[in-house]
Amino acid sequence: MIDRRDFLTTFLGATASAVACKRAPPSPNLVGELGGANFERGHRLREPELRAKLAGPLPVEKVRVAIVGGGPAGLSAAWRLLRAGVRDFVILELEDVAGGTSRGGESAVSRYPLGAHYVPVPGPEARALITLFDELGLVEGREPDGTPIIAEQVLCRAPEERLFYRGTWYEGLYLHAGASPRDLAQFRAFKKELAKWNKWRDPKGRHAFVIPLSRASDDPEVLALDAMSMDAWMRARGFDSPRLRWLVDYGCRDDYALSLEQASAWAGLFYFVSRMGADSQSAELITWPDGNGELVRRLAGSVGDRLRTGMTVGQIDDDGTLGVLDRDGVAKRISAERVIVALPRFVARNVVTSLRGREESAAFDYGAWVVANLHLRDRPTSYGVPFAWDNVLYESKSLGYVVATHQAGRDHGPTVWTWYYAIAEDGKPTREKLLKATHRDWADVAYSDLAPTHREFATLVDRIDVFRWGHAMTRPRVGARVALAKASPATAIGKLHFAHTDLSGVALFEEAHDHGVRAAEEVLAALEIASPTIR
Amino acid sequence: MTLVVSDEPKEVSLLDPPKRRVWGPQAAPAAPERVPEKATATLLLVTVLIIATCGLVYELLASTLASFVLGDAVMQYSTVIGVYLSAMGIGAWLSGRVEGGVARTFVEIEIAVALVGGLSAPVLFMAFAHLSWFRVVLYAIVLVIGILVGMEIPLLLRILRERYAFKDLIARVLTVDYLGALVGSLAFPIFFVPKLGLVRTSLVIGGINALTAIGSTFLLAEDVKPHKTGLLARAGLVLAILIAGTVGAERITLLAEEGLYADEIVYAKQTTYQRIVVTRGRSSFQLFLNGNLQFSSADEYRYHEALVWPALAARAEAGLPTRNVLVLGGGDGLGLRELLKSPGLESITIVDLDPGMTALAKTMPLLRNLNEGSFFDPRVHVVNDDAYVWLGDKRNEALRYDVVIADFPDPNHYALGKLYTTRMYALMKQHLGEGGVISVQSTSPLFARRSFWCIARTMEKAGLEVAPYHVFVPSFGEWGFTLARAAGPAPTPLIPQKLPALPFKPKYLDDPSLRQLFVLARDMESLEVEINRLDNQVLVHYYEAEWKRYL
Repeated sequence: MIDRRDFLTTFLGATASAVACKRAPPSPNLVGELGGANFERGHRLREPELRAKLAGPLPVEKVRVAIVGGGPAGLSAAWRLLRAGVRDFVILELEDVAGGTSRGGESAVSRYPLGAHYVPVPGPEARALITLFDELGLVEGREPDGTPIIAEQVLCRAPEERLFYRGTWYEGLYLHAGASPRDLAQFRAFKKELAKWNKWRDPKGRHAFVIPLSRASDDPEVLALDAMSMDAWMRARGFDSPRLRWLVDYGCRDDYALSLEQASAWAGLFYFVSRMGADSQSAELITWPDGNGELVRRLAGSVGDRLRTGMTVGQIDDDGTLGVLDRDGVAKRISAERVIVALPRFVARNVVTSLRGREESAAFDYGAWVVANLHLRDRPTSYGVPFAWDNVLYESKSLGYVVATHQAGRDHGPTVWTWYYAIAEDGKPTREKLLKATHRDWADVAYSDLAPTHREFATLVDRIDVFRWGHAMTRPRVGARVALAKASPATAIGKLHFAHTDLSGVALFEEAHDHGVRAAEEVLAALEIASPTIR
Repeated sequence: MTLVVSDEPKEVSLLDPPKRRVWGPQAAPAAPERVPEKATATLLLVTVLIIATCGLVYELLASTLASFVLGDAVMQYSTVIGVYLSAMGIGAWLSGRVEGGVARTFVEIEIAVALVGGLSAPVLFMAFAHLSWFRVVLYAIVLVIGILVGMEIPLLLRILRERYAFKDLIARVLTVDYLGALVGSLAFPIFFVPKLGLVRTSLVIGGINALTAIGSTFLLAEDVKPHKTGLLARAGLVLAILIAGTVGAERITLLAEEGLYADEIVYAKQTTYQRIVVTRGRSSFQLFLNGNLQFSSADEYRYHEALVWPALAARAEAGLPTRNVLVLGGGDGLGLRELLKSPGLESITIVDLDPGMTALAKTMPLLRNLNEGSFFDPRVHVVNDDAYVWLGDKRNEALRYDVVIADFPDPNHYALGKLYTTRMYALMKQHLGEGGVISVQSTSPLFARRSFWCIARTMEKAGLEVAPYHVFVPSFGEWGFTLARAAGPAPTPLIPQKLPALPFKPKYLDDPSLRQLFVLARDMESLEVEINRLDNQVLVHYYEAEWKRYL
């Protein structure tokens, strides 16, 4: 049994833990489940007996293209193949449900996210993504610069975010209340720096920070940012305002599970600049009740029965042969003309024969996430500005919560809050605590984090479901970007093509999509199927 | 009650201790052996003062409450006082039938007064909200309280008989009785109504009666001996009920916000969605949602005729019948009332968020009379859902309407602001049949000019041709609406010139005044505004900024 105070202190800090321990823990009757990636099947991938099972003569199924991994990258690759008229392919997914870290859940109250929960309105460079959005009926027109005009109902409804500080909710994510002139001057100067980078172009006319990253500049001036931490970059510019540093740190935790001391300056700036429009304002966010779950659901829907779930792909050879165990543990081989390996890198290196035993690049470091979905019978009262979509706590180590019913326009009655926690701490003890913790331990963290922010909270929570993501996202630490460029992990090997957001060094649906489309277009070229690029 | 004039011109201090020796002869017939305690007698006179005060307050409570909820104060005061006084007569007569155990009966009566009188105001308010035979309940309660109060003094007189000479007894008791009436009649308007409100006054006075019952039990311990415990238990129970009532009333409360409204609250309820309050003024009543006035019965016909008839007139002028109508919001049923008068109307679907609102409009006699029972019309179908969610629901995608009427509360927060966005108007447009017309309540073009024009421009942005218009509603001031239909070529202009042929005359509108609605004076003219979208909700900001100047 984990010590409550110690566990809360690890994940919420000493002050919050002390406060939480003074009030009662959530009732033991509070129900919920502990979910996460299927550890059993995942860990089977490393066991020698799996390889033994896959050795020797086995029945062989022939397909034209095999996509291994049914997350956003694999589903996007499939979508691209379908667009080109390729029908003879399969997607092999380890989990029982496709969607990877973008997937969502559903209850009688609402759909809700289990992981990634929004995509900023893409800039004109994200051509393939805009094509997808167009096909999904989200695009109503184009701005003169090619930025899509997105249908109002999928843009995050105002108010987008609010911030809890000392008992009151404030508008926006930057804590304006009580800011000194010095704070505000630094905030303005910081935004000016961002605007400068937003306007910056290399001699080839490429952006410094743009999505997809395949379009970004590799100019030394940009790469120099990879060599220092975001903290060092801010200090060098005299940005010491606590609330500004909080904002940047929040961004790094939110997208990278890193503190601003751990994240590279490249990553810190990428977070802000990549989602800016031409006017240097933050792009609006596209979201659904189940976050990006909507996107992967619709993509999976178009694939039909080509998607096979519960499939353990234990071996991928360069010649396009896969060793596969189905849901019932029956082994077979799949022989494909081409294979798209749409797996996270930490899985791919255990499965792809020619990656096994290779020294792994420092670029592939993973952060963990805990996502808790809280079912509330009704909306509790809060002081200050009313509920926003994203509700962030200034004084907490968590990332706050998003309201699943916000985007549906349901403003009364039962709701689901999705609470996020990115584990930025390094070191084994934290990870061990994460793995040892029970549902109740995590439910307690989420509960203790949110209970002080709302009246009647305790009486309104009906259930808390916890979802653990042990390897939620690659983390762009100092030096990661240069290391990644050196490793060039997206380069095809034999008949294998690689697609995953890991290959960009950041965890984004847009990057996964871009890699999926690229890998699919590589396959189309290899199969000599004419289809003009959409990237 | 006749004043008995003493033939002995001796000055007597009201609360003088009884001096039996001096006045002995007159009281002699029933003179008991034991010497009355000075304190007991004095305290019994205090009891007279208290019950007299309480008795008068109950009478005033019933009269005031009746005139608040029914209007016509002269009639209510006269009838309530008449019933009350005659009931007291019945009580006085009944007291004569009490043979033994006078003290015990007195305490029992006290407990009964505490219960019935204490709960009278909350029970009457509830009866008013839910029963059409409110008057029956009113007079029954007044009758019961009157009878009980009427028994009190005669019984007390019999108890005190043993302690005072007859002429002093009558003098003292009646003096204290009338003094109590003075206290009650002054405290009621000066302290109770303004500080506590009707419901709390009723409960507090009931509590005082219950405490008096407990006090009397101790005071008359000798006389009630075998029943002492039972009496105390009953009085304690009633006191507990009244305290619980006070706490409960705080929660459901009719009490907390009484000071916020100009008129007396006759109904208040917090539903899941909003706070519904009905107030009653001298000759009209008002509905408030979350503290915002929705209508006053005095002039709502101007608002609702203007909301409904221009749209129906535009249809008629285009040579189109109006058969199916969709009403969004409008749970008070007053828009329905107008629509149901339209010849040829076949079906109305009304989508209102709050089942508490539509149920109230159906059951509260006050509202039901005003909306002419519109919710009972078989052509009306009620859906309780958020209009935004309902319109966007795939299951309703194929539904088409001749007229869509949006009668939402003003956009003073985001949950309401979404109902005035381009997305919402696009959804409304999708649900229009051939030549369909939309009418939208659009806040005040004078007090909230920017908000008014923001609504019109937002509707235009959603692909609608719009015609903004206004009407003067005394309790609101200048009020605005927007008439609209799908943009594009149309056989007739959107602005109607005359009302459709009707078998009756509307209260407000005729053809010239219909045309007049569309004339906006210079201080209500169009100005530059942003478009209200889900992702910016500018209208909520406009609205807040504009109304802040007036509220």
